[in-house]
Amino acid sequence: MSAARAPALNAAVCLLLLFMPFWMSAIGGYTELATRIVVMGLAAMSLNFLLGFTGVLSFGHAAYFGLGAYGAAMAIKYLDAGTIPAIGLGVVIATIAAMIIGALIVRLRGVYFAMVTIAFGQVFYFIAFRWNAVTGGDDGLTGWHRLPIDFGFARLEIFNNDKAFYYFALAIFAICVGAMAKLLDSPFGRSLVAIRENERRARFLGVPIEWHVWLSFVISCLFVSVAGALYALLNNFTDPRALRFDLSGNFVIMAVLGGMRSFWGPLIGAAIFVALQDYVSSHTQNWMSVIGLVFVLVVRFFPRGVLGMLRSGAKA
Amino acid sequence: MLARVADGGAGGEAWRMSQVVLFNVFNGLIVGAFYALMALGLSLILNLSGVINFAHGGFLALGAYLAYTLIPYIGFWGALIVAPPLTALLGLIVERLLIRPLYGQDPLYGLLLTFGLAYIFEDVTRMIWGAQSVPFQVPGWLMTSLSSQYFFLTGYRVFMMIIVAAAVGGLFAVLKYTRLGMRIRAGTRDLDTVSTLGVNVRVLRSLNFGIGIYMAGLAGVLAAGLLGLSPTIGANLIMPSFVAIIVGGLGSLLGTLIGGLMIGVVSGLAAVYFPSATEAVIYVMMGLVLLVRPRGLLGEEGRVH
Repeated sequence: MSAARAPALNAAVCLLLLFMPFWMSAIGGYTELATRIVVMGLAAMSLNFLLGFTGVLSFGHAAYFGLGAYGAAMAIKYLDAGTIPAIGLGVVIATIAAMIIGALIVRLRGVYFAMVTIAFGQVFYFIAFRWNAVTGGDDGLTGWHRLPIDFGFARLEIFNNDKAFYYFALAIFAICVGAMAKLLDSPFGRSLVAIRENERRARFLGVPIEWHVWLSFVISCLFVSVAGALYALLNNFTDPRALRFDLSGNFVIMAVLGGMRSFWGPLIGAAIFVALQDYVSSHTQNWMSVIGLVFVLVVRFFPRGVLGMLRSGAKA
Repeated sequence: MLARVADGGAGGEAWRMSQVVLFNVFNGLIVGAFYALMALGLSLILNLSGVINFAHGGFLALGAYLAYTLIPYIGFWGALIVAPPLTALLGLIVERLLIRPLYGQDPLYGLLLTFGLAYIFEDVTRMIWGAQSVPFQVPGWLMTSLSSQYFFLTGYRVFMMIIVAAAVGGLFAVLKYTRLGMRIRAGTRDLDTVSTLGVNVRVLRSLNFGIGIYMAGLAGVLAAGLLGLSPTIGANLIMPSFVAIIVGGLGSLLGTLIGGLMIGVVSGLAAVYFPSATEAVIYVMMGLVLLVRPRGLLGEEGRVH
């Protein structure tokens, strides 16, 4: 379940990620697609911290993804911030929003939690949509681009170099995923799984449920906002669709498609989903039907996801 | 609309302002009535079956487009009568084939499946009827204003309010006085016991789903006459319907009704005083309700868990 217990899988994932820009072009992809997979994978894995490991159904994570995106974009456009401070600002804004909204919903569970998170996500969507002067409204925030990173002793050119940006994104991905793995292996992470398995029993054992669920929600939103900031940097652009509920739904389906009970599952789900979306939207106008069909088929036939299936196959 | 009021010129500034407010409150009530119709259907399905039907907006759009297609043949009144049950029939098929296997599972799956259905519905309506909005004809005599002072009081709006009131009244009457309604209410409280007493729970859930979709179809036909008809009509109405359910309180249909009307009026008032917050204000209101009363206005204790 946790990262440490499947060394072979870990090694395989690390190798695949390390060389993705190279094998990607061999199978007809391109570097930007590889970066998108890493970014969406981070988003789905962050969501899964809450969904798969705490057992709390959030359907509104695009809000924090989008806040990270807008925060980073606005920091660069209006404050001339460097790349790292820009990501930092996006994450701070999104995390504060998550703290406030988390406090309002922490006592809710199940369908009700899902419904409230969907609805709350819309606030930020409408703010981005309506506040033309600052957010660029429906057209999105343009007129900025990611800047080279200055380490003092060296400069990393990530703007004109797709591969450099991929490895920059991968480094941040690694830090975030490593942090999440560490958290899940800690006593705190164990008590999250205990909440998922049996909330009442966890409560009797003295786990402060509300506090833990709130923390898990905030941590999950924090990491999803990192992904959002990277996504804005990747596109040199962001628009209200980065905040909209359909993206939240996409995150959930990525997690479920890959297997939400496994650590790497959501990354695999994200890779499949992003690649499919890329392929389908360039081949047919009816990509919405295809994506919708993916949702229906996954729920009906692969509810435990790719890794869940592989695992039960191995046991049988 | 606002400009028309300002040009009206009858009476003083205060009178004009009060007319603007009145117009927006009335408009809010009408929009709120749509939210309520839609949210009542969602609520019915959620309470009995535990499924958040994200495709509800898709069914609404479908009802509207069915009516649009039928109007040339059977007229507006015929379409108003025929389109909602047709939508409900389609709802029954979808429920039977796709949603029924998910009852009793993690609510995640029902939500994801209907989410995908919503994608498909929107795409299919776009494929069949086009992405552009289409004109939706309602009888001309309904479009005339009933009052020269209160121009916004058109026949169609008043007629719509009457239909919505009748539909809501009918729903509550069915739930209160018929055997089916009694079983739905009982099943909402304790489905296992109802099943043990010999009620066919599968049929009950199907019928309940059908009633919910019927309401969505009806809301679609009425909304198309007022807001115009485009493939996104359902997607625009579903979020406020969620807010209506949350504000009103989970498990209470009366709460859902009040919640729907309330958020309609609140966003109508916001349109007067703070137009750019017309949409966002209802979510702020939801936040306040959750802060003060997490289970919603009329929600039952314990439902939130």
